Amino acid sequence: MAQLTYREAVAAAIAQEMERDETVAFIGEDVAKAGGVFKATVGLYDKFGPRRVIDTPISEQAILGAAMGAAMTGMRPIAEIMFSDFLAVCWDFVANEMSKSRYMSDGQLKCPLVVRTGNGGGSRFGAQHSQSIENWAMAIPGIKVVAPSTPADVKGLLAASIRDNDPVIFFEHKSLYAIKGEVPDGEHVDTLGTAKVVRKGKDATVLALALMVPRAVAAADKLMAEHGIDIEVIDVRTLVPLDMKTISSSVVKTGRIFTVEENPRLCGWGAEIVSIIVDELFWDLDGPAVRITTPHIPLPAADNLEDIAIPSVDRIFNKILEVLN
Amino acid sequence: MVKNKKIKNDDLDDKKRLELYNTQYLIRFSEQRAYDLFLENLVKGTSHLSLGQEAIAAGFACAMQKNDKSFCTYRGHAHTLARGASVVGVIGELMQRDCGLMRGKGGSMHLTDTSKGVMGSYAIIGAHLPMAVGSAWRAQYLGHDDVSTVFFGDGTTNIGAFHEALNYAVVYKLPVVFVCENNNYMEYTPIESITAVKNPAADRASAYGLESIIIDGNDADEVFRTAQKAYSKARAGDGPSLIECKTYRQSGHSRADPGSYRPNGELDHWKKNNDPIIRYRERLLEFGITQNVIDDIENNVKIQVDKATEEAKNSPIPPESILTTNVYDNGGWAWRN
Repeated sequence: MAQLTYREAVAAAIAQEMERDETVAFIGEDVAKAGGVFKATVGLYDKFGPRRVIDTPISEQAILGAAMGAAMTGMRPIAEIMFSDFLAVCWDFVANEMSKSRYMSDGQLKCPLVVRTGNGGGSRFGAQHSQSIENWAMAIPGIKVVAPSTPADVKGLLAASIRDNDPVIFFEHKSLYAIKGEVPDGEHVDTLGTAKVVRKGKDATVLALALMVPRAVAAADKLMAEHGIDIEVIDVRTLVPLDMKTISSSVVKTGRIFTVEENPRLCGWGAEIVSIIVDELFWDLDGPAVRITTPHIPLPAADNLEDIAIPSVDRIFNKILEVLN
Repeated sequence: MVKNKKIKNDDLDDKKRLELYNTQYLIRFSEQRAYDLFLENLVKGTSHLSLGQEAIAAGFACAMQKNDKSFCTYRGHAHTLARGASVVGVIGELMQRDCGLMRGKGGSMHLTDTSKGVMGSYAIIGAHLPMAVGSAWRAQYLGHDDVSTVFFGDGTTNIGAFHEALNYAVVYKLPVVFVCENNNYMEYTPIESITAVKNPAADRASAYGLESIIIDGNDADEVFRTAQKAYSKARAGDGPSLIECKTYRQSGHSRADPGSYRPNGELDHWKKNNDPIIRYRERLLEFGITQNVIDDIENNVKIQVDKATEEAKNSPIPPESILTTNVYDNGGWAWRN
């Protein structure tokens, strides 16, 4: 097992897939010679050259459209949209084009492509460079939505996304790029649509995604240490396809469900999962389903304000304690 | 600038001319049929016809190789038929029947036949330009010899994706041909009243280092020649072309539009003096093709379209079982386990 950072795992996954498949190529703004503004693709240009690793103009519609046109005619492109907020500029391609062309053409067209994007807050960038928008993507039929929390999952799930025959929006969390973790040696490919129990427990189930996973785990450890409350934490990992089996079997065991979501309150990903649980597992619940989210506000830049907006370890800890008591 | 260049016009052989006429006539007759069918309430939803614009679709399609790719707008019946898609598939799709190209799941605005290189018709203005660019990137990247052509209206030249796609295609010298069908109207509004330049596509070409090309889009020979030149350039690795074809839409923007914004006499003028079918018929006679040959072509098209119409009318509606198919690659729609 090698220790890699989350950002190194991105480059490792792309390199792994480029080596095995000639049709994989990578485009985006400042991604090649500069190695990406988050340095997540350093080394790819040197290794694979300008034919396969391409710096593009600031043209988000052209980037996603080009990826789509290439994908529907035989390539497996990876396109980077630098900040997920910028997806709003080219959302037509996500919401109307890559997601619907297979259905509209009754299966004649396919779009095996990956859109990688830097998502989430914590960097004091303000409201237009900090959003968590995985819930926007989740609302669109026809695409898959992935948001990993560890370097190993970055490598395995990104490789799986590149090999997948559907368009995948791959949300990398900006505040996780620096974290280190063990990544399996050799070829590593994970499975989309699988959640992971990252901390076993019996008193309540907590669902989390991306940056919220380590925070949920830290809160759970503190609840155990200080109050003997035993929390099961599930890293949802992919919102579409959604692994309800893993989630449901945990809820049946614990009887309590919490979600920890970085997206703003309304229509966050947890709302959908909670509605499924209420629908299907109502009689297994011992108390209300509780969502811990960012309030329904644009994110502020000031560090003290951003820190109280996004769910913190303390907020998660306090809320769970309050509800369970 | 290539504009109304007087040419001797004897560089095309009879076979090519008849192919051009047959294609134009097939489009004309099928579009008229589509119009009749929605008067009968058999074509549901909306429909955007290319009546009056047939020479553009025919001229480009007849200059393409089999493996070339076409990307169309919602006004895409003409381009789909011109590539040789099945007439019953097209009419069936307009009628939203099971025999339609996409079994009724796409409808009039999304005609697709990948087996003929028709890589889809897209109904959000501008989106398919970057897609054609991407298809051209694939050809360059994998060393394929096909060219991607994207057809769009004059209104598209005012949306961002048009400009992003042109810049991108020029930067990477991609084998893509941008074809603007300037039919004078952005939906209901005269294009010149809402565009900073007179020629909405050609006057923007210089901003991307491209030659400014304006052609008579109602002259199939001129369209064909221009297309050939653009394809040779693209296949030689010399990059994209942007071609503005001047034409006129003889029908409304869509089925809901009676075209009451047109000045008096304008439509009649174009129909009488600059109709691509009438002009081409005269040209065929001028080049010694007999009236009998022309009649045969027209009769065969009529038989073909009548047969397709009957077949489409007799086709069942799509089964409810396909409502949830082909959302994802596994053929289904499951988003959870």
